[in-house]
Amino acid sequence: MATEDRASLLSLRAVTFRTDERVILDAVDFEWGDAGICALMGANGSGKTVLLRTIHGLLAPSSGDVRFEGRRRAGGDLAFEGQALMFQYPSLFRGTALENLLLVPCAGTSRRARRTRALAMLERVGLRALAHAPAPRLSGGERQRLALARAWMIAPRLLLLDEPTASLDPSATEQVEQIVRDIRASGCRVLMTSHNLGQVARLADEVVFIDHGRLLERQPTTAFFAHPRSREARQFLQGVLPWQLSDRSGND
Amino acid sequence: MATLRSIRQRLKTAAARLSARLSATLPATAALPAAAALSAAVLLAAPLAAQAQESIVVASTTSTEQSGLFRHLLPAFEKESGIQVKVVAVGTGQALDIGRRGDADVVFVHDAKAEEKFMAEGYGVGRHEVMYNDFILVGPKSDPAHVGGGKDILEAMRKIAAAGAPFASRGDRSGTHAAELRYWEAAGVDLSPAKGKWYKETGSGMGPTLNTASGLNAYALTDRGTWLSFKNRGELAILVEGDKRLFNQYGVMLVNPAKHPQVKRQAGQKFIDWLISPEGQATIAGYKINGEQLFFPNARK
Amino acid sequence: MFTDALSQAVWLLRSFEGDTFAIILLSLRVSLTAVAIATLIGLPLGALTAVTRFPGRAGVVVALNTTMGLPAVIVGVGVYLVLSRSGPLGVLGLLFTPTAMIVAQATLTTPLIAALTRQVVEDAWRLHGETLRSLRLSLPARVRVLLWDCRFSLVAVFLAGLGRAMSEVGSVMIVGGNIDRVTRVMTTAIALETSKGDLALALALGIVLLGLVLVLNMLASAIRAATMRRYGH
Repeated sequence: MATEDRASLLSLRAVTFRTDERVILDAVDFEWGDAGICALMGANGSGKTVLLRTIHGLLAPSSGDVRFEGRRRAGGDLAFEGQALMFQYPSLFRGTALENLLLVPCAGTSRRARRTRALAMLERVGLRALAHAPAPRLSGGERQRLALARAWMIAPRLLLLDEPTASLDPSATEQVEQIVRDIRASGCRVLMTSHNLGQVARLADEVVFIDHGRLLERQPTTAFFAHPRSREARQFLQGVLPWQLSDRSGND
Repeated sequence: MATLRSIRQRLKTAAARLSARLSATLPATAALPAAAALSAAVLLAAPLAAQAQESIVVASTTSTEQSGLFRHLLPAFEKESGIQVKVVAVGTGQALDIGRRGDADVVFVHDAKAEEKFMAEGYGVGRHEVMYNDFILVGPKSDPAHVGGGKDILEAMRKIAAAGAPFASRGDRSGTHAAELRYWEAAGVDLSPAKGKWYKETGSGMGPTLNTASGLNAYALTDRGTWLSFKNRGELAILVEGDKRLFNQYGVMLVNPAKHPQVKRQAGQKFIDWLISPEGQATIAGYKINGEQLFFPNARK
Repeated sequence: MFTDALSQAVWLLRSFEGDTFAIILLSLRVSLTAVAIATLIGLPLGALTAVTRFPGRAGVVVALNTTMGLPAVIVGVGVYLVLSRSGPLGVLGLLFTPTAMIVAQATLTTPLIAALTRQVVEDAWRLHGETLRSLRLSLPARVRVLLWDCRFSLVAVFLAGLGRAMSEVGSVMIVGGNIDRVTRVMTTAIALETSKGDLALALALGIVLLGLVLVLNMLASAIRAATMRRYGH
């Protein structure tokens, strides 16, 4: 059971992403198929966001292989089928919350059925009362929850979250985290990036640590926080900035 | 003030309601082009009904149109024949070119030389003289060239050239322009050194040229019809008239169906026949501005 | 003094041989139809140029931005030569009819509508592109969603095209011939009255035209303001 699951969902082999100026992802190898929530951690500029977008199919790697459910991405510029991505600042269209959900393509369903489904989604994220409110005018937390509802509507098998609560206050953060738990409970796997150590501790089953585009570490959450194996991870957890390292010459 | 505020309020709510309706549903994207198509269909359908009536296109001159003659003449013909006459009024040269291209059925201008050339080239058939009016020389009341009251147009033009007094010319290959150039030539005046100095070519119709003359207090050659309907006279007045040479003959021709098969030969001929008929000629004579007759019918049967 | 000129204008218009309404109606009919056609063509053209990448795309964008400012007379002469009996489409017999005027104005405003639509949709694409790709929307679906998202700006684009069409004289004069009661519209009537020296009447007609264009612009402003209030951008 375990080996089949692990090979089937997500498989990255020697994935490199290069721009003219620098290397952002450096030969990343990553196999993942576990149920549950995996957190991608790393300092700013470590390549988390690029990695997430590459997994989703929005970016093509300079070299290497990206497979989702055993298949490469189809041609064109569309993301992987079966995945949903929620950006840190989701873009919403000039319409009501409900209309934004109705945009989501659902093959073979009538308009009535989609509308019912959309309203049910809004109910699940606690936005039913705001169904007819203009979406761009919602508060930060409400926008995030709407974006989650939009992602959930696709019924994805993998949900990617890019810093989902970085711009939210504590109560909004809690609401979003609860929804993420609900999504995970419904059988969808979740891969998220986060800076928030407390959030990762609360939500994630597993942590993957990235530094300068290299995948350095991978451990269950509690083990990672208790005993980070790499020096960079330790420094990250202690909050040390990389360019201060030269001062502490003997203390690694 | 209260009403202004309430108007603003009402405009605001109307705009808000409009925007709310616009944002109503997803299919609204289709609404814009659909509304566009619908309005196009509705708007286009209306005139198609009106075009059931037969019509001809007559290329004529701005001076004839601006004198108001057609407004007086055409209803009589349309009532009798049921044919709608559409007049495109441009300069004589341009009118003849429209005929050459076959975009008109009948040509009605006043430049005998150009008309004969048109016939010789095979573009027109059956030329008939219809009516005449006269040209007059207008100029500022101050009359710097002292031509006022004279009866000799050539003498007047010599005096204007000698005095270097400003003169506004149409310069647009119209019948009036052609006549004007013939007078200068007959008077023995060479215009080339004068162009841009006292001789101003506006390249436009009679009205705009008179506007220019009025603005510059310049002399100008115009037909009596346009002058009588011209409202912006300023300092200008009639200075020379009555010379037999100022006689301005109008001719009408059918555009040659051999060259342009789509020409409406029968309807066009009907119009020409009516113009030279006693009835048409009487209608022409009946057109007056302030009791003064503008055009003098002289068709020969 | 202004009210004097205004009341004189009203009096003149009423005595304008009963033609004023017919002329206004024809102007509206010609311009509305022309811009409706221009929208049908220009909207999808602009939207597609905005969201697709194809060889020569940069050239298309430059062409649109250049032709959107074409002088009306040039369009007039071009359409005249095409519709003339001696021209390629002469058999249709469209010259000197309101239909020819509609063709000319549609030709004039289509690049304007396309260019403005492209700009508007491209900005929206820049904002929403990743979301649309993430949701796996097909090309037609993307165009539809973006056009819907931009609907308020597109109404303003339509009104801009309408303003341009109603104010131009160069093309309708040439292809319409300014025929009394048949192809005479506000702008050509103004030109005619001016050339006849009847400047007061020309001015009066000009005030009416200005009023119409003003209403259009106020409408566009109101819609923009309402959008801002409701959606914040």
